[in-house]
Amino acid sequence: MVILVVLAAVYGTMGGLQSWFPKLGLDLRGGTTITLTAANSTGSGQVDRNSLEQARTIIQQRVDSLGVGESQVTTAGNNQITVSVPNVSQDRLRDMVGQTALLNFRVVYYGQTVSVPSASPSAAPSPQAQPSTSASSAPTGNNLPTAPAASAAATPTLKPSAYPSLAGSGTSQDKALAWQPTEQDFANFQAYSCGQPVNDVADQPLMTCDREGTTKYLLGPTVVTGNQVTNASAGIPQNQLQWVVSLEFDQAGTKLFADATTQLAQGVPSKQFAIVLDGKVVSAPQVNEVIPNGRAQIDGGSTGFTQQAAQNLASVLKYGALPLSLSIDSVDTVSPVLGGEQLQGALIAGALGLVLVAAFAIAIYRSLSWVVMATIVLALGLTYGLLVLLGQSLGVALNLPGVAGAIVGIGVTADSFVIFFERIKDEVRAGRTLRSSVESGWRKARGTILISDGVQLLSALVLFILSIGAVRGFAFILGLTTLIDIVITFLFTKPMMTLLMRTRYYGEGRRGSGLEPAQIGVDSLPIRRRRRTAASTPEEA
Amino acid sequence: MATPFRALVRLSHGENVFDLLSRRRRWYVISAVVLTLCIVGLFVRGLNLSIEFRGGSDFRVPHAVTATTVTEAQQVVAKSGVPDLSDITVTTIGANTVQVQTRSLTSPEVTEVRGALARWAGVPSEQVSYSLIGASWGKQITQKGIIALSVFLVLVGIAIALYFRDWRMAVAAIVAVLHDLLVTIGIYAWVGFSVTPATLTALLTILGYSLYDTMVVFDRVRENVHELPSHRETYTSAANRSLNEVLVRSINTTIIGVLPVLALLIAGVFVLGTGPIKDLSLAMFVGMIAGSYSSIFIAASLLVDMKERTAEMRDWRRKLARHEERERQREESLAAAMGAQTTSTAPVVLAVDVNDTSADVAPAPPQPLAPGDRHQPQHRTREQRRGH
Repeated sequence: MVILVVLAAVYGTMGGLQSWFPKLGLDLRGGTTITLTAANSTGSGQVDRNSLEQARTIIQQRVDSLGVGESQVTTAGNNQITVSVPNVSQDRLRDMVGQTALLNFRVVYYGQTVSVPSASPSAAPSPQAQPSTSASSAPTGNNLPTAPAASAAATPTLKPSAYPSLAGSGTSQDKALAWQPTEQDFANFQAYSCGQPVNDVADQPLMTCDREGTTKYLLGPTVVTGNQVTNASAGIPQNQLQWVVSLEFDQAGTKLFADATTQLAQGVPSKQFAIVLDGKVVSAPQVNEVIPNGRAQIDGGSTGFTQQAAQNLASVLKYGALPLSLSIDSVDTVSPVLGGEQLQGALIAGALGLVLVAAFAIAIYRSLSWVVMATIVLALGLTYGLLVLLGQSLGVALNLPGVAGAIVGIGVTADSFVIFFERIKDEVRAGRTLRSSVESGWRKARGTILISDGVQLLSALVLFILSIGAVRGFAFILGLTTLIDIVITFLFTKPMMTLLMRTRYYGEGRRGSGLEPAQIGVDSLPIRRRRRTAASTPEEA
Repeated sequence: MATPFRALVRLSHGENVFDLLSRRRRWYVISAVVLTLCIVGLFVRGLNLSIEFRGGSDFRVPHAVTATTVTEAQQVVAKSGVPDLSDITVTTIGANTVQVQTRSLTSPEVTEVRGALARWAGVPSEQVSYSLIGASWGKQITQKGIIALSVFLVLVGIAIALYFRDWRMAVAAIVAVLHDLLVTIGIYAWVGFSVTPATLTALLTILGYSLYDTMVVFDRVRENVHELPSHRETYTSAANRSLNEVLVRSINTTIIGVLPVLALLIAGVFVLGTGPIKDLSLAMFVGMIAGSYSSIFIAASLLVDMKERTAEMRDWRRKLARHEERERQREESLAAAMGAQTTSTAPVVLAVDVNDTSADVAPAPPQPLAPGDRHQPQHRTREQRRGH
């Protein structure tokens, strides 16, 4: 009775959300496919096999972190990567896959607000970087370190060169803090305007702008690189409204970052550092105190991040930068990998299988078999309903292996009834009436059902947490059917059996009830006693 | 046919029909033979890994996409004269491209297939683009999967050990799981169906199912072993009783679980031909049957073997033997007191110990009472007396 309410609630919600079908996987529905071509940074035309494989793995992880079901990422030929994903809009896939995610942290030497015709009149307050443990303090106004007055400093002989010099005078990470801009650098900076190509090389200073093109920066060489990020996550911190991306560094990164913030906190050379992603400054927070624990936050600067952008960035940072620059060749829809006849065949075969199960149940349990079939039908209904509801939020797509998992899970649901029924028989043999057998048999069967389901649930949970994208949907379905089994057994099977025992037909084990004495192996059922005695008969076979 | 059926009926009536555990050696031998065959199969025939693991060839054909395109392309490739091309994936990309993915082909084979596809699409061969595709389920993913699997087995082992308060049950359950995995993989090698990601998923299903089944059996064993002191029986016979009690449930459940899978398997092999359904259902079919078998025959046998070796059980068996001895003596002295001839009937043996051949368990010969021996009855708890 309760179970029908649950079922109604699930389907009512589905109706409310107007979603009657679960998300389907690549094999059943098709999706979007994107072909990327790697260009080698050295320009010799040959792409290193290992780099390509590495890029493939990183893209695979990024796409899997979207939680859209099974993705397929393959290398093709010598320099191509093909990505096929179900349930993702083409634009989102493009954003996700195309970012090379070259990330680095640099010290800001000069920052200069560039007048952009349509930009807001006042520059945005610069965001703060604090250790994520301390309380946030109010952002201070825009105090960009400004370049020294141009007249005296720049000698006319200096011609701005395109980029800071590349003459092999690289600065290693540990020396990056000590770097000082030369006259030449300064002249270049004055000449630089947003939109010019940038040359983001780790051991060189960098001139670039923020993503909106409102501020241009002269940045020192890289202090901490993206490779030193061990973890990244997107979220809205407490007491804030904007999405931010939180980062954690590895040991070396933590130390470098602490050194840098120590220096910056004293305002040498300025109070700001810049977070540079793919050559653009994502944000340039102020440093007011030393950050020793290797945790930093990126917020989206003046424009802020959308949820999707924050999540994309977090996943891109977490799985690292691509070793190659990739260009997108084509984006297309792709048909299901499996022909429709496969799914149709599977469903027909599954239905036939159920008919066979029904036949078997009738042979064994006689008219009680309708209870078995009802549990199976209920389990099917609930599994489907919850898959539609939860699949959306957890990003689980139903694919063929998932269907297989569901079939096994539903077998397990039937098993709970089998265990319970055999227990009832045991109790009757021990000399109880049918009615009290149902109660005491339930007490004994309950433990078995719970422990075996518990192990199954544990396996599903571990697989869900540890597994790669393709297995997730399956693990989810396995766990779901197991939970549903527990719910149905407790809320439907047991109350139903108790009710049935109150009828004369079942309660007295009449012909065809599946509870005849001959079926159980006793000569006759004990006559029902008027008075309920406390069950404490010694169990002697 | 009648005899096994009758045995089953008696079994479903709750009788202790089969002495399964005294034939432990037989179950081990059966499993050892099957496992050996499986390992041989792995080495001799190897696994037929799919494109996802091994990489393969990828053709793209310019051809307008209609409802029948996929089937047509499949037939074209199958008839191209190149062997072993039944397992191919055909998808359509956009509205004007057909993608055909096959196993890795040699150069002449590539020319063949390319030509066939080009003739079908009515374009010159050069317009059918060909490239080698790498494995999407490369080494890394497989490695990760194996790590996940190991972590999982350790965790589940700990959980089982905690619940039953007996690490031996955890070991037995996990050995049984590994047994099932190996059997399934071995049969795959012999049958030669392709190992796809779907197959791997099926293997994981089996893992959960096998553990689940073992839990049901062990829960019953635990319950019966709990009553050991009052039942005056060895661990082995208590476990054996449990197996008999659970057997009907195991058979019924396996049938219920396997029927849909069998339907899928038959449909996959005979109706649908190629595709993931047959790969997946074969693994599930074999694995479920192996899982049911191993939970009864392998897990329980291992458990009993490990358990009977403990000092606790050895003492218990000795106690039982002493008890029997005393019973016999009492009968004999009764018979002597009655003045009848000494009966030569063998004592009723309650507990047969199969594998313990150490001499110290053999019943001690009856000793005449020495001075200082107790004449009072042995102290026994109420529970022990009641069980008597």
